[in-house]
Amino acid sequence: MDILYLLIPLSLVLVFLIGAVFWWSLQGGQFDDLEGPAHRILQDDDDPSPPPR
Amino acid sequence: MTRAQPVIDAPACYHCGLPVPAGSRFVAVIDGAQRSMCCAGCQAVAEAIAGEGLTSYYRSRSAYAARQQEATSDDLALYDLPEVQRDFVRDIDGAREATLILEGITCAACIWLNERHLAGLPGVQAVEINYTTHRARVRWDPALVSLSAILAAVSAIGYRAFPATGSSAEQARRRESRTALWRLFVAAFGMMQVMMYAVPTYLAQDGSMSRDILALMHVASLILTVPVIFYSAAPFLLGAWRDLKLRRLGMDVPVALGIGVAFAASTYAPFAGVGEVYFDSIAMFVFFLLCARYLEMRARQKAAASLEYLERALPLAAHRLRDYPASRDTDEVPAVSLKPGDWVLVKPGEAVPADGVLVDGETETDESLLSGESRPVVKRVGMPLVAGAVNRLSPAILRVEQVGEATRASHIRRLTERAAAQRPPLVEITDRIAAWFVAGVLAVAAATALFWVSTDGSRALWVTVAVLVVTCPCALSLATPTALAVSIGTLARRGVVATRGHAIEALSRVTHVVFDKTGTLTQGRLTMVAFEPLGGVTRGQALALAAALEQGSEHPIASTIQAAAAAEGVMAPTPVAVRTVAGSGVEGRIDGVLHRIGNAEFVSALTGTPAPPRDFAAATPVWLGHERGWLAALTFTDSLRPDAAQVIAALQTAGKRIIILSGDEPVVVRAIAERLGVADVEGGLPPEAKHARVRALQEQGAVVAMVGDGVNDAPVLAQAQLSIAMGSGAVLSQAQSDLVLLEGRLGRLLEAFSVARRTMGIVRQNLAWAVAYNVVALPFAIAGYVTPWLAGIGMGASSLIVVLNALRLGHDRTEGSGLRTRDSGRTQGRRTTDERARDEQKAEGAAPDTGHPANSSVLSPD
Repeated sequence: MDILYLLIPLSLVLVFLIGAVFWWSLQGGQFDDLEGPAHRILQDDDDPSPPPR
Repeated sequence: MTRAQPVIDAPACYHCGLPVPAGSRFVAVIDGAQRSMCCAGCQAVAEAIAGEGLTSYYRSRSAYAARQQEATSDDLALYDLPEVQRDFVRDIDGAREATLILEGITCAACIWLNERHLAGLPGVQAVEINYTTHRARVRWDPALVSLSAILAAVSAIGYRAFPATGSSAEQARRRESRTALWRLFVAAFGMMQVMMYAVPTYLAQDGSMSRDILALMHVASLILTVPVIFYSAAPFLLGAWRDLKLRRLGMDVPVALGIGVAFAASTYAPFAGVGEVYFDSIAMFVFFLLCARYLEMRARQKAAASLEYLERALPLAAHRLRDYPASRDTDEVPAVSLKPGDWVLVKPGEAVPADGVLVDGETETDESLLSGESRPVVKRVGMPLVAGAVNRLSPAILRVEQVGEATRASHIRRLTERAAAQRPPLVEITDRIAAWFVAGVLAVAAATALFWVSTDGSRALWVTVAVLVVTCPCALSLATPTALAVSIGTLARRGVVATRGHAIEALSRVTHVVFDKTGTLTQGRLTMVAFEPLGGVTRGQALALAAALEQGSEHPIASTIQAAAAAEGVMAPTPVAVRTVAGSGVEGRIDGVLHRIGNAEFVSALTGTPAPPRDFAAATPVWLGHERGWLAALTFTDSLRPDAAQVIAALQTAGKRIIILSGDEPVVVRAIAERLGVADVEGGLPPEAKHARVRALQEQGAVVAMVGDGVNDAPVLAQAQLSIAMGSGAVLSQAQSDLVLLEGRLGRLLEAFSVARRTMGIVRQNLAWAVAYNVVALPFAIAGYVTPWLAGIGMGASSLIVVLNALRLGHDRTEGSGLRTRDSGRTQGRRTTDERARDEQKAEGAAPDTGHPANSSVLSPD
């Protein structure tokens, strides 16, 4: 059970690390549009037959 | 009842889904198949989309496109002027970047269509559209393409774009949303991890865990709970502090009390070596509360974003009078380029572009957006006009005194804030309940403490803490806001924007629905079917006089007359002392003679003789006359909205009284009411009479919803308990209403009623559950049987049930797309365009190669 003396502080450090990563992605605007990307992935960007313009 | 049927059976426009009028010759070729279109606008847009190879939009969309609006008179070239761009365009490495608000977005495919279309323009470097806020960030090379060309490209495919000028409000909103998400995340992660430390201690109650490990777990929990309490829960603590300073008990007080007591006791317990640790319960509690707040905030922001176009109530452009008073010729200029001393013409229905003094005309302005005062203010020559106030009556000429970004920005802010931040009365009622609740909880806790001190002093503190934790009104405080938030969001997705919080509650109580005719039940697009000159004048002369009088008017008839005059190349003279008499007509002096155009009564008061007998059948007659006699009889017709009959029938079946109150000729109104099967109808009413009728109904205990549109409906909209405006109507009536039906589709009204009814049902269920939970849990806590893990489970489960129950509103779409009616067999006939669009999706998903069914009878899945 002694390993817990290491694992519990380690889990705390991990929590704060993950928090920092989330903070970074939040500030980078990755969470600004929560709905768009889900739809966007379904759209085909290159239509097979675009007529010449 | 059968009268609702023909509407739904008409073939639907392939682009916008509205029925195609019989005999329509508008078609577009899409993916090799001919599709029928309802109007020239849809046809042009569909052809533009097909011409660019973007037809996959039609395959992937999940809702029909917005109906095409009439071409607008906005001069796009205005947006290329540097002084206009200064407000919203940024320079980035030689390229320019602006944020545009897109109007007409109905589904994700619209986003794709716009992105592809704009990215295809030469000179456009980057396009990025946010689905939630309908904002596009566009970067372009000014040497290759102009902003006006970009805006024109957007309107070519059937949407409208205009610059987002309120960038500070936008930034504030983004900051608010990020902060809320961060608070939520801190609470969520804290909760999960604290739970990891707590569960072993619950399982090892037999003492198999050493004291050191236990202490370590507690310290780790404490470290993670501190940010949850002092950062995530800060809004609740601050709110409670504010409440206490104001000497009242709001919902935040019991929340803060529960959190505070549990946290203090849990921190103290491990050091003292006695008592319980509640860290996991606290973290979970805060997390659930923040979830509800976050949902609510997102729904609010979304509703505010879809109403952003109300910002246009403050015009970007103004009609500057070139050399007043010598002439009344106007230039369209950007509002920011106005200088003190300029003369500006403000037409009825438009907002005042700058602070100034009225120099000509007598009118009423509506300053409710600025002052909250809903009564119109009479303005006479020499009185000040405030920027942002809306001119209601007749054209006014204004001498500009103050211009400035400061005033305008603050108006925009107030406008959006009012729409977004109003607290629903329902929530306030819950707050009032909370005051009693807190008092009760405190009394119970005190009694419990007294009882235990007298019996078992060592347990008194911990039992009291358990009582406070268990009664923490988590579910109670989540019950109403989550349900309202989800329903506002659901409505917004269906094209109904609730601008004020009480809309949903009021909607569920409505007993009477009052419709205005022009623009509400009918298209509001009048066509002139006859123009008969009277008394010896020529057609051209009479038309010129009519066009002259209607120059400054926003009424649908005005634009039709203007268009007719323009088509026949008639030059309109300039009238003076033009005055609009709401509900009657317009008068003005031309060459010194007073002329009037309007209904027969209004004009005959001037001519002194009764109107010549004419048979107008069900058309709207408009008369033109001057002091010496009658000049012309004009005949207009207006067709019913395609879904009007269906909506009225459904509302009647649901037991609502339908009343039509209109300012139009009684004959016309009655003819329309007859076609719709409405018995209670009155025509020829001035706004004051409509107002009086609505008030009379209310005195008999009716809850009135007024569906209106246009400037003359504003007072009635304000009187009704619930005001509903058409999204295609005057901006003023939208700004004053509680609900806006975007895209001008009446059918959305049925969905709004259904969502509101279900929302109130869910609120009642939630409140009942929350109260039941407290009633059951409290005796156990008082008796001392509630351990921390039991408190945690109870609180978590009760909150979760409340939130999930509320979320049902957003998801369960199979039921309730129409109204609950007494005969359920008819639901098939009342399916909405939205549903049909979804069915189209399904049908196409199953057989992608069969192309598109063009009318609704094929649309239903086989």
